[in-house]
Amino acid sequence: MQDTVIESKAPTAKAVQAERTKKTTKTESNAMNAKRSPTEIAESITETVGKPLAQNAKLAMRDVNVYYDQKQAVFDVNLDIAENQVVALIGPSGCGKSTFLRCLNRMNDTIDICRVAGSIQLDGMDIYDSKLDVVPLRARVGMVFQKPNPFPKSIYDNVAYGPRIHGLVNRRADLDEVVESSLRKAGLWEEVKDRLESPGTGLSGGQQQRLCIARTIAVSPEVILMDEPCSALDPIATAKIEELIAELSQNFTIAIVTHSMQQAARVSHRTAYFHLGRLVEVNETEKVFTNPDHELTEAYITGRFG
Amino acid sequence: MESSVLVIAIFVLGIIAFVVGRSRSVAISQNVGGIRFLNSLPFYYGALTALWCAIPSFLVFAVWSLFDDTIIRSTIIATLPAEAADSVGGNLNLLFNQIYNVSVGAAGSDSAPDYMVAAAQHLHSLQAISRWALTGLVLACALSTSIVVWSKINPQLKARYQVERVFRSFLFLCSSLAILTTIGIVVSVLFESIRFFSMVSPVDFLFGLEWSPQMAIRADQEGSSGSFGAIPLFTGTLLIALIALIIAVPCGLMTAIFLSEYASSRIRDIIKPMLEVLAGIPTVVYGFFAALTVAPFIRDMGLNIGLDQWLPISSESALAAGLVMGVMIIPFVSSLSDDVINAVPQSLRDGALGLGSTRSEVIKQVVIPAALPGIVGGVLLAASRAIGETMIVVMAAGLAANLTLNPLDSVTTVTVQIVTLLVGDQEFDSPKTLAAFALGLMLFLVTLSLNYFALHIVKKYREQYD
Ligand SMILES: Nc1ncnc2c1ncn2[C@@H]1O[C@H](COP(=O)(O)OP(=O)(O)OP(=O)(O)O)[C@@H](O)[C@H]1O
Ligand SMILES: [Mg+2]
Repeated sequence: MQDTVIESKAPTAKAVQAERTKKTTKTESNAMNAKRSPTEIAESITETVGKPLAQNAKLAMRDVNVYYDQKQAVFDVNLDIAENQVVALIGPSGCGKSTFLRCLNRMNDTIDICRVAGSIQLDGMDIYDSKLDVVPLRARVGMVFQKPNPFPKSIYDNVAYGPRIHGLVNRRADLDEVVESSLRKAGLWEEVKDRLESPGTGLSGGQQQRLCIARTIAVSPEVILMDEPCSALDPIATAKIEELIAELSQNFTIAIVTHSMQQAARVSHRTAYFHLGRLVEVNETEKVFTNPDHELTEAYITGRFG
Repeated sequence: MESSVLVIAIFVLGIIAFVVGRSRSVAISQNVGGIRFLNSLPFYYGALTALWCAIPSFLVFAVWSLFDDTIIRSTIIATLPAEAADSVGGNLNLLFNQIYNVSVGAAGSDSAPDYMVAAAQHLHSLQAISRWALTGLVLACALSTSIVVWSKINPQLKARYQVERVFRSFLFLCSSLAILTTIGIVVSVLFESIRFFSMVSPVDFLFGLEWSPQMAIRADQEGSSGSFGAIPLFTGTLLIALIALIIAVPCGLMTAIFLSEYASSRIRDIIKPMLEVLAGIPTVVYGFFAALTVAPFIRDMGLNIGLDQWLPISSESALAAGLVMGVMIIPFVSSLSDDVINAVPQSLRDGALGLGSTRSEVIKQVVIPAALPGIVGGVLLAASRAIGETMIVVMAAGLAANLTLNPLDSVTTVTVQIVTLLVGDQEFDSPKTLAAFALGLMLFLVTLSLNYFALHIVKKYREQYD
């Protein structure tokens, strides 16, 4: 499907030279566009265009490479996520968005064959340090998954799970308060306040996802990672969650993977575009969606592939 | 033709019918514009012809073989002179066997009386006629049915539908075989038990505290009546099963948790096959291990710490049988629990890990609660296995029907008593023998209900995550 853009695949001498001089501005690359397939363009990318780095970086990734066994899934990614900012990760399916996101709280540790190289720092602390304990790290960097996955417990116990295992509260009254405020922040309190003891799995898909978000914020993390949190939801539930993300961004740093460009445009401050494991472009969201720097980004957001 | 040759002939004819039927359908398809205008693919026309060739002729063959012996036999016997019947005291079976022996030239047939030699020749000729008639009939049947079907092949014939219907009935027959056998067993056990309960009252049987099934041989013997109280047997069974479960459930569960949550794939590849080996050891081997190694060891231990001052200690003990049985069902529990633990979706584990749980917190608070119904189901299945287990208890638990909860004493179980009641020569209408059927019925009811509940629970659990 990607080849539909281009007729000829073989790189001409001119194109090779163009790559050597690393001309990545849009007009020039459009000229190359006529001769190279997106795959070739992506594979020749060595540097991200736009502004991948930020001032007050909460999370700083440098030269991150991720491998599944022999197969490399993420190539040389450099990216900063600033405090209290929402960064959207977009890109075609299989380009390594989830893989990259899961590096940020070391969820990739649960996959035996996965190996991460490079440095990822949270507030200046290397999270891949061999002496670091992942348990407090994951409490600081929470995660919401694509499919709602409430535990087979009551709604109350789902939200109280994190505070309990981390010993955040001592008294039942405090726990009640944490549960209520988390559910309120997740916009679910009004719907479930009368049935806190009924099972979390009995809620609708959208409610379940908001429950999962409440469960995550109950631990008061500093960063929240969301992997396509709305992909299983209807437009109304999606709108609620987007509203919620906007509110949460006042207190939390958020990285969100999404396939919906409208969603990325609505909720994020900055947008990062991935292609075949390379970070192609990072810019202010508005710039990415109105005037992207890179031809691949433009092709993707205008729906020419992916 | 011999029967075996005939069966092979039917088979070969079937193959020929397949080829012929298939090629006819291909030929016909040319007239209507290609195979896609046929109702079914040529394969199904071939298969339909082959089935029509083989099945009816095979049925003829089967019916004939079932009845020809009896028909020949009664013909022979009807033609015998009256003196023949007198010579064996009216036992016609014996007479026929003698004739048969003469006809195959067995030892001693030279001295047979004339009428017997004549009957033997008659038998010979009847058998030959029967064989030829059968051959002719089967071949005629095979040919005629296949020709009829062959001539009916046309583009509208729903060959695929019919072949699949035959195939479906075949599958149904296979599956009903097991069910019919089970029903047969249940019915026979039920009838024998009813006979037993007509001699011994069900109340005595179910609530009696004493079990000594020896019946008097002479009427004036001591303790002539025998008593059939099954309570000691059931307590013995439950005691041993309980000991087995106390060993097997924690061990099996921990094994399953270790294998599915902690072990690296290399370790898993080593341990899993070893557990399967454990599951493959014949129970009789466990049995003599229990009787010769574990039971004496337990008795010596008990004596060494001086437990015999307070408790009776026996060389065959419930503890020995229970321990070994527990080890035997560990793989059973572990593989069932492994299944249900693996069925807990990875997304739940990810969710818990993403909140900063340690592995043990994930297991204790998320995986086990989610898998609990399935684990309970597995434990119930294991319990029904332990209750029905025979060999180990026969060898290691003893025969004395003590009503005790002391695990160091010898007890006996329902299965052991069934074995001892039925081993050796038995008269089939004494209460002693029939008691085995009543015990079997009780055992069957207990394990059936356990299995029913267990499968019900496991099924409900499966639905939750599908
Ligand atoms: N557990 C795994 N083992 C091996 N390869 C994997 C594994 N998970 C992902 N990959 C590979 O890594 C690459 C990136 O996958 P990833 O899931 O990160 O893509 P994605 O951008 O999230 O796609 P999507 O938008 O479809 O979710 C893919 O080529 C995929 O095949
Ligand atoms: Mg993904």
